[in-house]
Amino acid sequence: MKAGNVYLQDLSRGIINENPVFRLLLGMCPVLGVTAFFINGLGMGIAATAVLIASNVVISALKNYIPSQVRIPCFIVVIATFVTIIEMVLQAFQPDLYEALGVFVPLIVVNCVILGRAEAFASKKPLLRSLVDGIAVGIGFTLALGILALVREVFGQGTILGPDPDSAIQLFGAGFEPMGLFGQPAGAFIALGLLLGVVNIIFKKFNIK
Amino acid sequence: MIINGKLVVSSSPHIRSVESVQSVMTDVLIALFPAALMAVLLFGYRALITMIIAVLTAMLVEAVWLRKRDIFNDGSAAVTGLLLALILPAAVPWWVVVVGSASAIIIGKQVFGGIGYNIFNPALVGRVILVVSWGGHMAGDIWSTPHPFAFGFDVSTVTGATVLASPEKAVTFSLPEMFIGTIAGSMGETSALALLIGGIWLVYKGHIDYRIPGGFMATVFVLGVVFGGGFYGNHLMTGLFHLVAGGVMIAAIFMATDFVTTPVTPGGRLIFGIGCGLITMLIRLWGTLPEGVTFAILLMNALTPIIDNFTIPRQFGGVNNSA
Repeated sequence: MKAGNVYLQDLSRGIINENPVFRLLLGMCPVLGVTAFFINGLGMGIAATAVLIASNVVISALKNYIPSQVRIPCFIVVIATFVTIIEMVLQAFQPDLYEALGVFVPLIVVNCVILGRAEAFASKKPLLRSLVDGIAVGIGFTLALGILALVREVFGQGTILGPDPDSAIQLFGAGFEPMGLFGQPAGAFIALGLLLGVVNIIFKKFNIK
Repeated sequence: MIINGKLVVSSSPHIRSVESVQSVMTDVLIALFPAALMAVLLFGYRALITMIIAVLTAMLVEAVWLRKRDIFNDGSAAVTGLLLALILPAAVPWWVVVVGSASAIIIGKQVFGGIGYNIFNPALVGRVILVVSWGGHMAGDIWSTPHPFAFGFDVSTVTGATVLASPEKAVTFSLPEMFIGTIAGSMGETSALALLIGGIWLVYKGHIDYRIPGGFMATVFVLGVVFGGGFYGNHLMTGLFHLVAGGVMIAAIFMATDFVTTPVTPGGRLIFGIGCGLITMLIRLWGTLPEGVTFAILLMNALTPIIDNFTIPRQFGGVNNSA
């Protein structure tokens, strides 16, 4: 097998076949917690992706120096470093988003997508492949969060690009009363369940395993 | 047994019964008729329209989902639609009814695998989705005041709070009024009399076990007497008030006795009924909501498998495993 194929495989596996949200159901806490608005979902996805790529690269580079008995604490230290950086960057340049994401930004430290990739992939595979894997899984995570947040915002708020009233686009007329259920965490479960069903139907149709 | 012209040989025991899902569901519809009639008498044409929309939507959605031409099919969708309509306010907008009825069938029933597989009572799932989504149409001062025998009157013009909102509100009506049903509330829940007639018919036909409604109502009554606060002059009357006000009657007779989502053992059914009554009264007396039967039944639905497991009867001649 040619070297280029491996990277392409890593890429498609991370986004589609092993999509962290739609296929592995990992990282449910931010998936359900911050997807009431599309912007928040996308912001969360990008923040997590940045941490994931950086931690994958560093952990892969250090894999020969990390003793296997204490590997999890070592991973956490690396991830926490990048989360702190991201947190400060968000606070400085995107204060609105930082406010909206709240506690879910520091919680990226224990996001099982990131820890899972560190343990299952970056600590065993070469540096370049870990980088590609981080990008792929990050895109998959962001994509899933974006789709879920879009569905929830359209039905639950009747807008796109909210909650900021300047950028929010009202999709329906003034007579539309949004379905409050999708704005709440309980509705996130129902929306995710329905989306998983749709994704499974699509995957079955195209015979993706 | 002969199915589709072929002799099917299966292992014993064989049960010979003329009852089918369709005949049982038709009996339930007959049992709901007094309550539906009462709703139309009290709340006029708005009630009739809401019921028609709910039943038609439920049957259509189920027929489309199952790709069946016969929209009545086994009748369970019609029962779900009618039950949902009866626990809605009479003045609710038509699109709320459509969404509620469709989500009752899809999210409440079909995603779990259809009739016989649903975990929660579909009609109550539909109601909860509506309450959470459009609270402004489903809770607060939106309960229509009944206008008996005024069929053409638009009941959405005169609305108020439910009698469960506060003791001060409760004493503006007398117990006989509540028993007949001339009080504000969901269109099918107000008349205890009509619901009891339906309940007696179901018990007579052997479709429901007296243990669930019995346990439910007895618990509500006892807790109402002990903790109700003793308005209406004495504590016994307060217990009766909690029995006839709000949704206890329709819930105990028609919702908590759903065949699919309740325990199958006799002891389990008693526990189920008592649990429903307990949670209802907890929410009514100490919770922030005026009424709690919906959440009580849904919570107990979730506990049904555990209750069934705890109350498995010992086989005749079998040995007690725990001993």
